[in-house]
Amino acid sequence: MIKVENLVKKYGNVTALNHLNCRFETGKVTVILGGSGSGKSTLLRQLTGLEKPDSGSVYFDGVNLTTANKKKLYGIRRKMGMLFQGSALFNYLNIFENIAFPLREHTKIADNIIKTIVTMKLEMVGLRGTEKLMPSQLSGGMMKRVGLARAMVMDPKIIFYDEPTSGLDPISTGVIDKLIKDLNQALNITSVVVSHDMESCFRIADNIMILFFGDIIAEGTVEEIRNSKDLRVKQFINGEPEGPIPFTRTDKNYLDEILFR
Amino acid sequence: MEIAASLGRITLNRLQILGRSGIFLFMSVFQAFLPPFRIPRLVKEIEFIGSKSFLIVFVTALFTGMVLGIQGYYSLSQFGAEAALGVMVALSIIRELGPVLCALMVTGRAGSAITAEIGIMKITDQFPALEMMAIDPLKYVISPKVVAGIISLPLLTAFFDLVGIAGGYLVGVKLLGVNEGAYLGKMVKAITFTDIHGGILKSLCFGLLITWISSFMGFTAEPTTEGVSRATTNAVVLTSLSILIVDYILTSLLL
Repeated sequence: MIKVENLVKKYGNVTALNHLNCRFETGKVTVILGGSGSGKSTLLRQLTGLEKPDSGSVYFDGVNLTTANKKKLYGIRRKMGMLFQGSALFNYLNIFENIAFPLREHTKIADNIIKTIVTMKLEMVGLRGTEKLMPSQLSGGMMKRVGLARAMVMDPKIIFYDEPTSGLDPISTGVIDKLIKDLNQALNITSVVVSHDMESCFRIADNIMILFFGDIIAEGTVEEIRNSKDLRVKQFINGEPEGPIPFTRTDKNYLDEILFR
Repeated sequence: MEIAASLGRITLNRLQILGRSGIFLFMSVFQAFLPPFRIPRLVKEIEFIGSKSFLIVFVTALFTGMVLGIQGYYSLSQFGAEAALGVMVALSIIRELGPVLCALMVTGRAGSAITAEIGIMKITDQFPALEMMAIDPLKYVISPKVVAGIISLPLLTAFFDLVGIAGGYLVGVKLLGVNEGAYLGKMVKAITFTDIHGGILKSLCFGLLITWISSFMGFTAEPTTEGVSRATTNAVVLTSLSILIVDYILTSLLL
């Protein structure tokens, strides 16, 4: 479904993505894992065409997103849904209008049918009855569920999730995880999840990819990752503070720095 | 050498921002003429920039007219020319004070709100969200604002002119006893359509200026709380200054 070839993205002198090659398969849940600053959100922005890479290509169903013009890109985007980290609901529209928004913009569906569709999507995320509320009146977990309802209202073939469970309580996390899995199994929606939540990752993933400062250090099925012999992977999935992945960001020697050498 | 280099860098940087804002304006105005047209959004923006500014414009206009009435009476009576009060009030309001003060009030009220709104949309990822739904953020968010500004400002200015002249009438005729016929009659004779066209043209330009600068500042704001508050301040300052400068340029071109 999505094929990434030799993708490079730099911000100033910092290389966020370093010649990445990977695939995201149709009908599977692929979780991109990585610590903060590992380039996983950057990768997501390239996969959706929100940003252009410095070099390399991203193919979506055979179409190269990096060279597609705006019209083509917008055509492809109609097959994509995205759940943003902060939900990105429109603060001037109520919950109903937020979810109905893509339908109103892109289709000529009659009002009563829109109402039916929105009600169905709200039922899927368990939030029927909140139609008249404004986004600011909802909790973070509820906003994410509304965001998910909006992301799937156009029945996309693929949904991108940017840290869907970060900052949520365990129950909300469980609900979101179950929704991702259900959507994938019931509707065969391909899912790409960016996360650093190990537990939730093992619950939902078919395939896992671990990023480390712009490089893919491991990829494979859940079992393969769990049994990986790679010390960096082990450190990451067990959340160990000591290991081959350094915690500090600087190369300077600590002793040198505090002694002004 | 160092100074020259940094000077060049700053100049280049500023020019780049100017160029980007030009492209930004072009894209949002240009796209306003392409379908789909979102009339409800335009109406909503006109309501926000235009109708909701009525009260503030009314008060500003009334007191400006009244002050002009007193000051004009004082100056003109030194030459025994009180009868020309109507002409003086009307000319200064229609040609100058109407468009400029109206634009400044709208900047303070609507311009700052536009910058803050767009900045917050940026912080909360609403622009990429629009992008992901295959909707052009410039066309959806910015174009209606710019068009609404161009429509609202001339109307507000016309309203300002009317109320201002009435304010001058109130003070001049009712309070200070200038002859009513002289106040109105001479005014009608002296004001030409060129004066009125000039004022309207100015207000068109100001309408564009306000919405353009405030939207651009919001759109390019650093996506943090401080970034948005800084952008809002900058937008108001920059818009107000540009209004005064553009006013001078237009006045000298139109005379």
